[in-house]
Formats: sequence, C-alpha cells, structure tokens
Amino acid sequence: METFLTDAAPAPTPVHDVRRLRVGETIDGFHLEEALPPGGMASFWRVTHPDFALPLIMKVPLLRPGEDPITIVGYEMERMILPRLHGPHVPRFIAAGPFEQPYIVMEFISGTSVKELIAETPLAPGRVAAIGVQIAFALHDIHRQHVIHLDLKPSNVFLRSGEDAVLIDYGLAHHELLPDLIAEEMDEPVGTGPYVAPEQVLRDRTDPRSDIFALGVILYFLATGERPFGEPQRAAEWRWRLWRDPFPPRAWNPNILPWLQEIILHCLEVDPERRYATAAQLAFDLQHPSEVALTARAERIARDGIITVALRRFRASRGSAPRPRKRVSGVLTRAPIVVAAVDLAGDGALADAVRASAERILAADPSARLACVNVLKIARLAIDPWEDEQGRNRHLQRMIELKHWARSLLVDPARLTYHVLEATDPGAALVDYARNNNVDHLVLGARRTSAVRRHLGSTSAHVVAQAPCTVTVVRTGRASGAEAPEA
Amino acid sequence: MQIALFSDIHANAEALTACLDHARANEVDRYVFLGDYVGYGADPGFVVDTVQAHVSRGAIAVRGNHDDAIETGTDQMTESAARAIAWTRGQLTPSQRTFLRGLPLSASEADRLYVHANVDAPAGWDYITNLYTASRSLIAMRTHIALCGHIHVPALYHMSPTGKVASFEPIGGIDIPLSRHRRWLAVLGAVGQPRDGDSAACYAILDDARETLTYMRVPYDIDNAARKIRAAGLPARLADRLYAGR
Repeated sequence: METFLTDAAPAPTPVHDVRRLRVGETIDGFHLEEALPPGGMASFWRVTHPDFALPLIMKVPLLRPGEDPITIVGYEMERMILPRLHGPHVPRFIAAGPFEQPYIVMEFISGTSVKELIAETPLAPGRVAAIGVQIAFALHDIHRQHVIHLDLKPSNVFLRSGEDAVLIDYGLAHHELLPDLIAEEMDEPVGTGPYVAPEQVLRDRTDPRSDIFALGVILYFLATGERPFGEPQRAAEWRWRLWRDPFPPRAWNPNILPWLQEIILHCLEVDPERRYATAAQLAFDLQHPSEVALTARAERIARDGIITVALRRFRASRGSAPRPRKRVSGVLTRAPIVVAAVDLAGDGALADAVRASAERILAADPSARLACVNVLKIARLAIDPWEDEQGRNRHLQRMIELKHWARSLLVDPARLTYHVLEATDPGAALVDYARNNNVDHLVLGARRTSAVRRHLGSTSAHVVAQAPCTVTVVRTGRASGAEAPEA
Repeated sequence: MQIALFSDIHANAEALTACLDHARANEVDRYVFLGDYVGYGADPGFVVDTVQAHVSRGAIAVRGNHDDAIETGTDQMTESAARAIAWTRGQLTPSQRTFLRGLPLSASEADRLYVHANVDAPAGWDYITNLYTASRSLIAMRTHIALCGHIHVPALYHMSPTGKVASFEPIGGIDIPLSRHRRWLAVLGAVGQPRDGDSAACYAILDDARETLTYMRVPYDIDNAARKIRAAGLPARLADRLYAGR
C-alpha cells in the first residue's frame, strides 16, 4: 500500500511481523495459544492474558502491500465501533494494538454460529421464530447504541448457550455519531451478496432497516433452506433484488405458516419504509404469532409476473430521488412500541382516558404500534382441570372486552395487538411484559387513592418504579369531592 | 495528555471563561489557542491577557487574521469586522499589541500542527469550506493531525492512505477516535462567535493517549456578552448574531 503516513508517523518498527505470528509468542501481554481458521481479511488467534479470566480471541488484519483498502478501513471501523458497544449482544472489547502492530482483542464467544444451523434447514417455524427473536433483540440493542451492523449474516451471529444472540464483526458497520470511513473509501457498495439490502446496493449506509432486511434473508434461509436472492458474486447482480422479488417461502416449504411468511416478506420489502420500522417491532411479531396482522404477503405462493417485474426494473433504471438521510436514533424514536394497560373491571372513565392518551401517542408517531394489555388477576398459578376450563372462559371474555375497548380507537388495526396476561401480581406482570417486548412507552390508569393502596402500594406506583421504559400514568379529572381526602 | 484547544475567541470574555472552566473541570493538561483573540467582541484586553497568562505557563498560541489586522489593516474585512478592529486598536495596550504581533502563524508539537486558517498557505487566510480546500491542507500536512479554526463552523476532514478525502460533521461531546491509518484535519468551531446554528461556545479536547478528539459545546452568558457589545457602540449585529449562533 502506498503510504504517505511514513513521513508523518514515526517509522514503523514492527515488533512482530503479523504475517509470521506463531503459537507461543506474546504480544503486549497476550499469549498466542492457538491459530483459528483465518477469515478473508484477518487471521484469528485464541489468546490468554494474566489480567483477564474470560476466553479471548485476537483478530489480526492482513495488512499487506497491495491489499484491498477495505481491509485497513474495516479494521479502522471495528476499532472505532467495538469499544463503544456494550451489553450481552456484542463481544466485549479488551484491547487494540498500536499503529505499528494492528490487532483487536475481544471476548471469545462460545456457542453456536447460526451458520452451523444451515445444515439442519429447513427448521421448524417455531425454531425459526425463536432464533429470529434473539437476533432481533440483539439488533435492537446495537441500534439503540447508534450502530447499524450492515453485514448481518449467519456466520456473524452466535447463539450463546443461554440463548442470547451475539453479533460479531463490525468492520462494515456504521456508527451514526462517528465518521463513516467505509462510505468514503469505497466506490462500490460493500456487504455480503446474499444479504445486502436494496438501499445498501444504492450505497445508503444510514438506515437501520437494512439490518432488518438481512435478518429477513436469514429467516428465509432457515425456514426454507434456500437463499431468497441466491448467491450473487458480482456487485452488479446485487441490483436484481431492486425489482426481482424472491419466491414466497411457502413455495419452497408448505409447512411454513402464513404468519411466518408474512413476517419474512415484511422484512424483505424493497422500500425500507414498508419494512418493520424497528427490530423490536419484528421481535414483537415473532413472539406473538397469533397477533401478526396478515396481509396479501401471507398468502402469496408465486413470484410477481414478468410485466410487474419489468415495470419495477424500468423504474429502478430511472433512478430515484435521493432519500433523506436518516439517523438510527431518529428511526427508533419514531417507531416506539406502546402498551396501553387497560383495567376493564374498574372505572369506565379511566379506561376511556387511557384510550385517549394512547391515541395521542400513536398520532404523534405514525410508525408506533400499540399493544392493548389486560391483566387477568389469578389467585395462584397451579389450577385443576375444572378451573382451567373456567379460566379459559374468563380469558376469552377478557379478550372480547379488550377488543371492544379498542374498537373506538381511530388507528389502523394492523398497528394493534391484544394480550391478556394471567398473573398473581399485575404490576410485576406489566413490568415483565415491558422488558420482554422492548416496550418504549407504557400507559396505564391509576385509580383514586385509598387507604389500602397507600399502605400496600398501587400497581401504577410499582410499574413507574420498575418498568424499563417511559410510563404515563393517567388519572381521570377530579370530579367534585371524588378525591378521597387524606385521612 | 488532555489538550484543550480554543479558536476564534473574538474578545468574548464570557464564552472564554465558560470554556476554560469547562476544560478545567475535564482536567486538561495543556492549552492551545488557535488565533483570533480580538475583533467582534467587547473584551479584547481581558482575552489577550488571559491567553498571554496561559502562554507564560507553557501554552501554545498562534496568530489569527483579526490579530494580524490590528497592525496590518482591514482591507479584506467586512465593514462590521473592520469597525470592530478600529475600536479594538483603542482598547489594547502597547504590550498587548506586542504580544499579538509576536505570535507565530503556526506551531507544531509531536505529530500535531496548530494553525489558524489552513495548512497550505496560512498567511493567505483562505478558508477551509469544502473537500477541495480541505484536501489542499491534507496534502500539505506533514503531521498526523492538523487543527485550525477561522470559519467558525466545526468540521472534521480526513484522508485515507489511498488519497480519499472525506468530511464529517462532529457532534458535541462525542469522543471521535483519530485512526493512525489516515490524516486528520480538525476545523474547530468558534469559542466567541459560533456560526453553525448552535449558540453555545465551541472548543475541543484532544486526548493524545487515547487518540480521540472531542468537540465540546458550552452554554455561556450571551446576555452579558451582547450587552457589552452594544454598550461599546459596536455594530448591533455583532451582538444579535451571538443569540442565533450565525
């Protein structure tokens, strides 16, 4: 590589030539234990260090003269982004080497890579959904940390034994608060052929929904054993997905249920505006198959006809207006998952007030989704068969009432879902629900104060204190003398 | 080492004081001043004294075009800038003027260059406004990082080993890693007269161990700075624009 930097930086004095690393060597305290299979742009080593108990891996970029500049830029990007990511869905960053000797040391992820599951495809719909939920959780987590992965594929996803998905390799990623070195360096779109989103083909690297497209490709692959867009080798062929729709998954595998096809094709929409707005919304559908709003996508059994495709190709060839630059955080904040917790047993005016409040929140964010939740309080969890049937009846009755409550909402029904939770402790149930579904905003009513509630603590107070999201507590207006005077 | 960098203070005592307090709270070890201490604002004497005191304790300071205009004249300046320079001449003591006159056009330490306007022709005071003007500086550089000001709008340009030049709009308070595998040209925003639509004062902290640059935005007492500009009889526009950050 031509290096103007030699006159700027101190002359490179490689302590170790990375091309001749050997097991047994030590670099900056990291002892090389084992060579792992190399990747296209880096070699990998199992390493140990006296200060770190956790298993470690060292990634050494192959910076050779004449090497593709993507290698060095990918290393620069990963070195910038990985240290800023935290949580269970990314490998923990440990150290990076100096200019003279580039490397990144990170946590070694033990677990199964999704690539290893490909041999078992097609997987059962329930298993596809379970894996999809974990990957969507991981994506939502990195999106919330301002990062778009942009190279999501089976070999970059590991499932830890405890089920958490871990996303590795941030060499092509975009961080919305940091310079995007890839965008400037590369004249061609970058990514992995089968997985790149249409907007990435058009060199837009700023849309978090590109990762949702890639996840759609993974789900398609797991459910059918086929790649929706094949394995295009040349970047020019990547464009085909702008107009050529894939075979619907059910064309490959009739065991795929309509809800799963609906979800997968929803992810694979060419226009990102028509995909799931957030990975959290995708995870929500994967977790609640019975609540997925089915559209024509669910029923499709063949690809679009040649005339439709030719028209799309013609439109694509004319180019499109430049799309407004997006921000990851902007897309996320405009597409919250809102929960309205409705108490159907109590005060009708309060349920009306909760509905009005939820309606205002949905009006402000057109991509928001509303989950209508009612908690059916039960005395204990174990019940005998006779009570079980009675319980089912109560459950069904609540569902009917909940849908009735929602009927007057002036909202597209596709944005609504309904959930009756059975729990002994309504407050804890709502908090768990908010946590498990990446809920952004929870709206619930608070009944008027009473002596008992002041002493035992109200459901709303518990939710406000414990919920991992914004909470709006709705009270009805103070009717004359309605507020119980302080005793 | 944490290095605080200040550019385009422009006689704004309130903004400078707020930034210096902010830098002190961030435990910076070194101070660098990138020029244009005077002009526009109502406290040239205070600002020059403050910078001089830092220089006497080892800080680096370079000369800007407004500092230069005190001695060389205001031929290339807008009318309000020229009026402010004429007013400033009457405010500065001979020793303050001597200090400004003696400042270098650029300074370097380690692998960093400090300059007011640009790297390729610092005495011409051309602005870095786009990729083309930035690339002239990036090509002329012989250091890993160059830091300048002059335009009052923060920007971060970089050039890869293959010669690709790109720009980035820095976001306040975010540590930006400056990869050693490319050259960086950091254009700081103004302490004393921001023009990027954000009225908060702008300065930067460079951490040379972690190799990060952070653009800082610091709210300051604009009311007082603007009141003094009006009281001094300087053009009212110079007070108004502080509120708009334009």
